[in-house]
Amino acid sequence: MELNDLLNHTSEWLKGTGPNSDIVFSSRLRFARNLDKIPFPHWANKDQAEEVLVAIEQAIKKIDALKRVTIFRLAEMDSVDKQFLVERHLMSLDHAQKTNHKAVAIDDDEMIAIMINEEDHIRFQVMQSGFNLYEAWEIINKIDDSLSKELSFAFASDWGYLTACPTNAGTGMRGSVMLHLPALVMTRQIDRVLAAIAKLSFTTRGLYGEGTQATGNCFQISNQVSLGHSEDEIIGNINGIIRQIIDQENQAREIMVSKNREVLEDRVNRSLGILKSARIISSQETIELLSMVRLGCDTGLIKDIDRRRVNELFITTQPAHLQKIENKKLSSQERDVKRAELIRSKLKL
Amino acid sequence: MFCDICGKNAATVHLTEIIDSQMNELHLCEGCARKKSEEMEQQFGLSDLLAGMAEFGKPVKEKEAVHAKCANCGLTYADFKKVGRLGCGECYNAFRKYLGPLLKRIHGSSQHVGKSPVKLVKIAKKKAGDLQDLRTKLQLAIESEAFEEAAKIRDQIKELEQKEENEGKVQ
Repeated sequence: MELNDLLNHTSEWLKGTGPNSDIVFSSRLRFARNLDKIPFPHWANKDQAEEVLVAIEQAIKKIDALKRVTIFRLAEMDSVDKQFLVERHLMSLDHAQKTNHKAVAIDDDEMIAIMINEEDHIRFQVMQSGFNLYEAWEIINKIDDSLSKELSFAFASDWGYLTACPTNAGTGMRGSVMLHLPALVMTRQIDRVLAAIAKLSFTTRGLYGEGTQATGNCFQISNQVSLGHSEDEIIGNINGIIRQIIDQENQAREIMVSKNREVLEDRVNRSLGILKSARIISSQETIELLSMVRLGCDTGLIKDIDRRRVNELFITTQPAHLQKIENKKLSSQERDVKRAELIRSKLKL
Repeated sequence: MFCDICGKNAATVHLTEIIDSQMNELHLCEGCARKKSEEMEQQFGLSDLLAGMAEFGKPVKEKEAVHAKCANCGLTYADFKKVGRLGCGECYNAFRKYLGPLLKRIHGSSQHVGKSPVKLVKIAKKKAGDLQDLRTKLQLAIESEAFEEAAKIRDQIKELEQKEENEGKVQ
């Protein structure tokens, strides 16, 4: 697979399929593992980091479940390509910086992504459209078992998988669900919901992971605790919380549609109007407006636009995607023009 | 809209800063935003939080903790407090007495109950199998009144159990 092949492909997290996909973009599980006795990436010297990289690359190539995975060494990639993978949620922003002895491995349909020498020696994720953590668990658990036959992981029977940061020790597992919660935001209930989540040891992040602000009413909710509960329990806890939030968002949507229909219709259609006619538009504004259009699709106020098409725009309007589509470097001003062009062409009836 | 800091480039990044419960919106160009985020990161990061937690409680003598060093990778406990990251898997053993309470504070528990690597599961099963075999042999020896043999087997079982207990702490 070439990186450019991904351009003609919808990311798993944006397919708009799977359970509860009117509210849940995607579900993701990520495992952190390290090789026994070898220093963690931040503490390893060049030779050790390269040794880890080669060992993991070789292990990946031996595993059946990873047959369709392509490995990219980050030192050989340009900055737009790296940003492109970050925008597609296939690697972290951290991983794209200081790229020596680092790699990312991705399967054809972007369901599996593996980061080598990020904060831990190996971090791999399985992503599923919609609310579907159990399916992700089935897949990632098999990959983990296969990897653990090829590699010796740092593990202690009492503390589980040993990670660079003690906040990830134990299962080394982080489950995240990306939600679209416009009605909770518009009815000003979101702060109450997020405060409750924080009390239960869950974290909320924005569209682009750690340190990012919630934009376009998108919230990524993940478990904080990884030690002392089994993988099953952790997934069960996340599912319980997400189900509650979905209920609350649904109620808020119903109230808005029944009691505030004109206000909602106004916002949805204004947003669509701007997107269809703008000639210059920033990515921030795009995401906020797309969020409203998506809400319109999900509540039946907009009937002639497919949700998947709206979802795709969440990502194809991002800076690196625009530059990949145009196949050249673009300044911020040039991107705003190209972005508006792309949106108009995609939303044309 | 122009960048709030340099006033020259178009603002493409929008940040909300909260200082002393005062919310402040910043509109920045890419260059200034990068500088600003580096600045914010330096001001406060996860390592500070972790170091803060590691300080908290202080059941161990500060001096002793600071000088503790991992024999495998050379990271000291003081390094860990500075960067918030351990040096290798062996560090968990080297700093066991300080990390136990820290893990408990972070996770509310310091006992793993999730899955284990396949290789280790196999070894554990084999060991359990060996023990089971020895116990059966012991039973047979006792029944056939071969007490000398039984004593030998009993010692083997003890040794295996002891070994497992020690390994459980390390591995």
